[in-house]
Amino acid sequence: MNIFKKTIFSVLLSLLVIGNVNADKIRIGTEGAYPPWNSKNEAGKLIGFEVELAYTLCRYIGQQCVIVEQDWDGMIPALIMRKFDAIMAGMSITAERQKAISFSQGYADEVASLAVMKGSSLEGLDTPAGINLTKPNAAAKKALKTLTAALAGKTVCVQTATIHQNFLDSGDVGKVNVRTYKTQDEVNLDLASGRCDAALAAAVAFSDYAEKSGKPVVLTGPTFSGGAFGNGVGVGIRKDDTELLKKFNAAINKARKNGDISRIATKWFGFDASM
Amino acid sequence: MDLELMINSFPKLLSAAAITLKLLSVSLIIGLFIGLFFAILRINKNIFISKFAYGYSYVFRGTPLLVQIFIIYFGLGQIEYLRSTVLWVILKEPYWCAIIAFSLNTGAYTSEILRSAFQTIKPGMIEAGKSLGISNKVIFFKIQIPIAIRQSLPAYGNEIILMMKGTSLASTVTIMDLTGVAKYIISTTFKPIEVFIVAGGIYLLMTFIIHNVIKFLEKKYSY
Repeated sequence: MNIFKKTIFSVLLSLLVIGNVNADKIRIGTEGAYPPWNSKNEAGKLIGFEVELAYTLCRYIGQQCVIVEQDWDGMIPALIMRKFDAIMAGMSITAERQKAISFSQGYADEVASLAVMKGSSLEGLDTPAGINLTKPNAAAKKALKTLTAALAGKTVCVQTATIHQNFLDSGDVGKVNVRTYKTQDEVNLDLASGRCDAALAAAVAFSDYAEKSGKPVVLTGPTFSGGAFGNGVGVGIRKDDTELLKKFNAAINKARKNGDISRIATKWFGFDASM
Repeated sequence: MDLELMINSFPKLLSAAAITLKLLSVSLIIGLFIGLFFAILRINKNIFISKFAYGYSYVFRGTPLLVQIFIIYFGLGQIEYLRSTVLWVILKEPYWCAIIAFSLNTGAYTSEILRSAFQTIKPGMIEAGKSLGISNKVIFFKIQIPIAIRQSLPAYGNEIILMMKGTSLASTVTIMDLTGVAKYIISTTFKPIEVFIVAGGIYLLMTFIIHNVIKFLEKKYSY
């Protein structure tokens, strides 16, 4: 057997082995590019709130887990195509996504916020600290009007296929020039370079970036929750996989009762983001 | 298979194909001038000039188009000094960054295609012109260029098709071309197979048209 054949043979063999080893484990998909929810360290190892929480939940379920990396824009299709069995990737529970997949109960909540560079004309908007869009009250409606006027003709950058993109597309803040990126990293880069007048994402994504890069990124306007922003972040699971959904819901209950979720959340976010 | 989604997404994708064609045609026109310029430099007898032209085509043919577009878009955007110059007016726009990357890339390939076409011209043809007392300029424009164009048509047709597919990388720098819109539709429907089949079909249709136009031109200019 020549060396070429040997190489092909061993590669095929190793693929076979990898396939079998993972057979009885729960495979959990995450992005690895949305700190502090999930990210990678210098060594390329997946870390973050959801990575640690995933292993904790799996202990409660009593099954071993493997965490699989997947680009954000292909996350739900990859779940449906059985590349993994569950999504834990800072994915908010929204009605739109629930048409395609099921969600466990929420395990953590995030608020979204606009961010601009220090010195921007969009800094210091006259709005309340936070608005809920599920049943917007008078103050929230007024805040949306203020934002509509401020953002008219401006370029607002978001990661693709996110609740933030859905919100801007919904027209609640009028016609803004929405620019979509594959990762939050790219959004941050273009916000810093000045190509974006503002960016919209989880507030923690911006504070994390500002802290690590030292760039003068500041939050502006109200924090957003409810409505297009969904109802917390949960585990995404295939619709026909009701057994696994039950397991995750039970595990989240136990982890919440024992204080695990709030402990891990405080460790990664600096505050208790659990729910 | 969600046939309804395929039918509904078709008009949206078709209008996005217009952006793809615009990116393609603008880059090809600029790239053709760049290519012609560097091809002329390549056949220059001065070794420094020809090496410089060779270096350009070596770098742009030797690196992935995705890397080139990322360097021009995200890389140049990081240079603070650049952002205070007039260049930023152009580099700020994703559209122009894509055009610059595509033009430089196709320009490198075009220069190679034209260079080899120039070199296939038999010296006898040029000598025949000279013996008739025709000036070098006229020989270049009336003999060398027309023959070079005919010689390079098949290879250049391939380059157009490769470039057409290459424009799909524009979606990585936020441009809503055919691939960008396809990804957008997928981001709200979570059905990549259906949408990419329609998008792929439109790319195939464009390839079909370009291929046949080139074939027609080849016939027309054959001798």
